[in-house]
Amino acid sequence: MMFERRAAMATLLANRPNNLFVVPGLGSCTWDAFAAGDDDRNFYLWGAMGGAAMIGLGLALAKPNVRVAVITGDGEMLMGLGSLATIGVQRPNNLAIVVFDNGLYGETGMQASHTQSVVDLLAVARGCGIERVMEIEDEAGLRELAGLLATSECTLFARVRILPDDPPRVLPEKDGIVIKERVQRAAEKVG
Amino acid sequence: MNATSDRDPKPWQDQLFDVLKGADIRQVGYVPDAGHSRLIARCKADPEICDVVLTTEEEGVAMAAGAWLGGQRSALLMQSSGVGNCVNMLSLIRACRFPMLMLVTMRGEWEEFNPWQVPMGSIVEPTLKLCDTHVAKVEQPEQVMPAVQNALQLAFGDDRAAAVLLSQKLIGRKVWVK
Repeated sequence: MMFERRAAMATLLANRPNNLFVVPGLGSCTWDAFAAGDDDRNFYLWGAMGGAAMIGLGLALAKPNVRVAVITGDGEMLMGLGSLATIGVQRPNNLAIVVFDNGLYGETGMQASHTQSVVDLLAVARGCGIERVMEIEDEAGLRELAGLLATSECTLFARVRILPDDPPRVLPEKDGIVIKERVQRAAEKVG
Repeated sequence: MNATSDRDPKPWQDQLFDVLKGADIRQVGYVPDAGHSRLIARCKADPEICDVVLTTEEEGVAMAAGAWLGGQRSALLMQSSGVGNCVNMLSLIRACRFPMLMLVTMRGEWEEFNPWQVPMGSIVEPTLKLCDTHVAKVEQPEQVMPAVQNALQLAFGDDRAAAVLLSQKLIGRKVWVK
């Protein structure tokens, strides 16, 4: 099934454990994460396209007690496709990458992305050696994924097919220094 | 010095490891280069340092930001050609004032056999400066440690990007025929 993106984000972040940090990819995923509830543990991205997964990797390696969910779009993931190979080599058990895939570049006028034709991100993730690779088929699968963000014992990659909708923008804090310091303080608290 | 090759270990390469270790660098991202091979091997052998081989250098910029969010210091090792790959991702460092230490082995500037290395090699310094990165260029072995110490201070003391460019004069010419 295809999910409404805001509802899917809300399901993933409902009952979020204290140690779950989120790196939302620039654009729609950042708006979705903010819409689900502003949180010091969100490292909102307003740029750095292609870098979300690697920011997640750096944080996951630095803080084994923290759980990291990179939640990004297909266009952002495609720009950093090589990072899946890098993550496949490292495989930290506290890192999950979730791609909201609508096959579109949403922020720029809904142009078709590579995943709309032949590119299969699950096959790429599998080929990069990521241990658990999931297609989210229904609401039960989405709730299972939400649980795994807190408990998975291996690196996880999940594709959530989303509708090509374009919900109203809700904009979080834009000052990068403020966003950084909020996340750092929250990470220190986890220990 | 010109007769040495980039495969011969140099004393400054071990000193460089000691400086990074002493500065509590815990994540080291790299795209391999012969001039960094000794340092990469030392990092891989150290259980306290997480060595991360990258597919492209900009991954290491993003990783450094994530590491710092989690309270760890990191370094990015690359060849001069990799600097061009980092340009947009360095926006993240400037927008959020992350510390970013880069150690760059130069190509395309001295006894270079491969002319395709020259275009990027010749613009590394202005490119990094345009990206708001402090740049120190080192040509003599005794300059390596002070330059790296200073870059560490700039990066982690002032929350900004700092790069040390290690000249081809320091590394020796690339071995082309085995």
